[in-house]
Amino acid sequence: MSLIKEPDLGTPARPGEPTVAVEIDGKEVLVPEGTSVMRAAAEAGIDIPRLCATDSLEPFGSCRLCLVDIDGRKGTPASCTTPVAPGMKVRTQTQKLAKLRRGVMELYISDHPLDCLTCPANGDCELQDMAGVVGLREVRYGFDGENHLTEPTDSSNPYFDFDAGKCISCSRCVRACGEVQGTFALTIEGRGFASKVAAGAGGSFMESDCVSCGACVQACPTSTLQEKSVVELGMPTRSVLTTCAYCGVGCSFKAELRGDEVVRMVPYKDGGANEGHSCVKGRFAFGYASHPDRRLKPMLRERITDPWREVEWEEAIGYTARRLLEIQAAHGTGAIGGITSSRCTNEEVYAVQKMVRAAFGNNNVDTCARVCHSPTGYGLKQTYGTSAGTQDFKSVDKADVILLIGANPTDAHPVFGSRMKRRLRQGARLIVADPRRIDLVRSPHIEAAHHLALAPGTNVALVNALAHVVVTEGLVDRAFVNDRCEDFETWERFIAQPEHSPEAVADITGVPADELRAAARLYATAPNAAIYYGLGVTEHSQGSTMVMGMANLAMATGNIGREGVGVNPLRGQNNVQGSCDMGSFPHELPGYRHVSDDAVRSVFETLWGRTILAEPGLRIPNMFDAALDGSFRALFVHGEDIAQSDPNTRHVTAALSAMELVVVQDLFLNETSKFAHVFLPGTSFLEKDGTFTNAERRINRVRPVMAPRTGKHEWQIVCELAQAMGYPMKWDDAAQIMDEIAVTTPAFAGVSFDRLDRVGSVQWPCDDAAPEGTPLLHVDGFVRGKGRFVETVYVPTEERSTRKYPLILTTGRILSQYNVGAQTRRTGNVAWHPEDVLELHPHDAEVRGIRDGDLVALASRVGETSLRARIDDRMPVGVVYTTFHHPATGANVVTTEHSDWATNCPEYKVTAVQVTPVGARR
Amino acid sequence: MTTAAPTPAHVRLANGIAAQFRHRDPATAAEEIAAHLRAFWDPRMRALLVADAEAGRPGLDPLVRAVAELLPPPPPRP
Repeated sequence: MSLIKEPDLGTPARPGEPTVAVEIDGKEVLVPEGTSVMRAAAEAGIDIPRLCATDSLEPFGSCRLCLVDIDGRKGTPASCTTPVAPGMKVRTQTQKLAKLRRGVMELYISDHPLDCLTCPANGDCELQDMAGVVGLREVRYGFDGENHLTEPTDSSNPYFDFDAGKCISCSRCVRACGEVQGTFALTIEGRGFASKVAAGAGGSFMESDCVSCGACVQACPTSTLQEKSVVELGMPTRSVLTTCAYCGVGCSFKAELRGDEVVRMVPYKDGGANEGHSCVKGRFAFGYASHPDRRLKPMLRERITDPWREVEWEEAIGYTARRLLEIQAAHGTGAIGGITSSRCTNEEVYAVQKMVRAAFGNNNVDTCARVCHSPTGYGLKQTYGTSAGTQDFKSVDKADVILLIGANPTDAHPVFGSRMKRRLRQGARLIVADPRRIDLVRSPHIEAAHHLALAPGTNVALVNALAHVVVTEGLVDRAFVNDRCEDFETWERFIAQPEHSPEAVADITGVPADELRAAARLYATAPNAAIYYGLGVTEHSQGSTMVMGMANLAMATGNIGREGVGVNPLRGQNNVQGSCDMGSFPHELPGYRHVSDDAVRSVFETLWGRTILAEPGLRIPNMFDAALDGSFRALFVHGEDIAQSDPNTRHVTAALSAMELVVVQDLFLNETSKFAHVFLPGTSFLEKDGTFTNAERRINRVRPVMAPRTGKHEWQIVCELAQAMGYPMKWDDAAQIMDEIAVTTPAFAGVSFDRLDRVGSVQWPCDDAAPEGTPLLHVDGFVRGKGRFVETVYVPTEERSTRKYPLILTTGRILSQYNVGAQTRRTGNVAWHPEDVLELHPHDAEVRGIRDGDLVALASRVGETSLRARIDDRMPVGVVYTTFHHPATGANVVTTEHSDWATNCPEYKVTAVQVTPVGARR
Repeated sequence: MTTAAPTPAHVRLANGIAAQFRHRDPATAAEEIAAHLRAFWDPRMRALLVADAEAGRPGLDPLVRAVAELLPPPPPRP
């Protein structure tokens, strides 16, 4: 495949039907009202020269290259900033226009280095292209006058350079930073000839608020902002469309290569999830795939104290199969199990759960979603009937009020965070429920209407109080409830009880009653109000209850079933949704169908030729407990680092140490592999062939840009292991796995690689009734029929602060790092976050004698670790925060065994701790 | 001084579930919790719970004891 270049129509599309007819160079074209002349011309197949215009940004009208003649209009207006009008007649090519454009280009080139042949952007430079388009042949002014050619280059960012000497001050980077990313880190300082792009207050890019999303690099029409990889490797020559392997947004990218070497990842404009935007991880942090730490050969050892021994695939698979069968013979069929990975493709996940169910002969399969969004699956299934978010990302563009609970999208889901910020800048109101003052509470051009800074662990009390206001102040959407829901009266009596009033729960949540009432009214009275939430909802002892509480709130106010509303989980990893869809839970077969359902089991038993147990298997925490009681002896861990990511590290490692066989399949020797007997090397997303499903149920293709560096696809390894255990399991390629998924799983009935290649992506359910997929759920009725109201009693967590452990620790993520950091720690992203730090309020620091940068001990009743302190008043008094990206810190050494009552999802967000200084300031 | 043995996971989990259903009529709550355990718990965990309830293990929530009576008895020890 050659290099993919999406068409650029110059200015953004305008909504609405095409109703305005204009004539451009004699061609009739019909476009929506508000469309620019430039875009109308482009839609008629006429390219108007331009430099400052691009269709991802609002028109600016600065370069004066896109001038046109319009009948009845004076002068030569800029086509980018001139909207069409009925009957307008436009000419884009006249002698006068040609002369004007050449004059403009002459001025630009008189202050631009003429090093095209050695410039990294040679062949990919719009300035170069425009010089050709306007027929520039000479620069009459010479090159000796005052110029910017010796402006310094800012190389502070690890991924791109800013060569000010090549800047044409078109402001595309400045506008991209504001309009697309919403960070506003860049500006044009100075006036006239002295105008120049400045990062922040005039320092370097790294010193500024720049989040390195790459939007400025993408927008730059010259080589001023240029990827260092392009400078080093040269321009790419071919593209492969694929999907990012980081967060649950699931951005589409063009992997641009020279040969088999990835030069850069460029966000794809037609990507349904990201529409041409990216973040620092997806755009730049792909170097881990070729990091020297990658393990490419299988390895074995008899004991975990032995050194690893590289072996051939045949020996590794044969040994693993023999040991698994021996353990089952000695300790029973249920003594072994597997964990699927939310970082792997749907096809790989499906293969692993099939291996467990058909070859292992049990349901001991679980997935890392257990420790993040399993309460979403439970709560939304109980209330709405399906375990998934209700909307597509685009829906937020229609939201009038956004209720953001326990999520920090500008760090954890940055591309969606940018989309949300754009809607907020357009006027949507924001309510943030979060103990911390996250960036969205107040950032450039955004200020939350309400920040409900609740105490960790009190989510359910808060959501009940919001619903109490709705019910007692007459804000219920009775028509919706009567028509669409059930069990409302019982719930209404429950929620109207005085104990749920904002005044009654203020002492529990710490949120002033009047603030909470105002927030409830704002949410309930908006034409469209949408809930977005993250792990701050799910990773609690009442995570599932809280999901149901939010579902109640949305139903009571009629905020379900159309654009701009809904209950939307922001999923953590790239394929959390997909790994759950694919039957990774021990109680569910693919498509969220319980293993006790005879008809469903029969579908798989007929196809697989094996009996499937009708009883649920062990969940991940249950596997650890069973390992310690001796009834669970072997674990296949597919692409997850449970020794770093799961709570109470001492408990996890004790369980792993107690097992007779631990098999790890991963890119790197991670923390879990320290307890492993078999290491099977995995493939990076650049080598995978398959699909990921993002947080909006969008199934996207993951296409290989190179063959597996290990020699095998991961699903092939799984098949070979199953075969070695005596179960014939075989596919010729990943497409065949998706075909099997489609045959067995109704929501995927219409999904195939052919269809995805044809239409780009689809959102499940995708079947005969919805062959192009389903962006919005529950439009005419809930998946379960009637939406079900559930009473949500607030039960305080048993994890309480004490005199010994007086602070509450909550954990989370940061923009530049991802999950356990196995990938991002092996990229330039360490420039932003080289270690985990402990954020705490100045008061909590002061009373403990802690200064910013001090090494501090963080202790809970289960363990202790140390890390540097960061004093920040965005933390509330009594609450501290850290991330779990670095194994050296091991934040989960201190997290506890508490978990969500319904799903066993760990309570990462509430741990009683003490913090003490242990070292001098750095 | 003696140190109390840690509460086994199945007991802690079951007590935690019982706390969520305490507002319900006890008989209904027991039925709903039993249904939950049948749907989400591995049989060996349910068996451990039933065995503990039958043995009168201290620390089990009374509601959990009622739930245990709705679950099948544990298999005989080999």
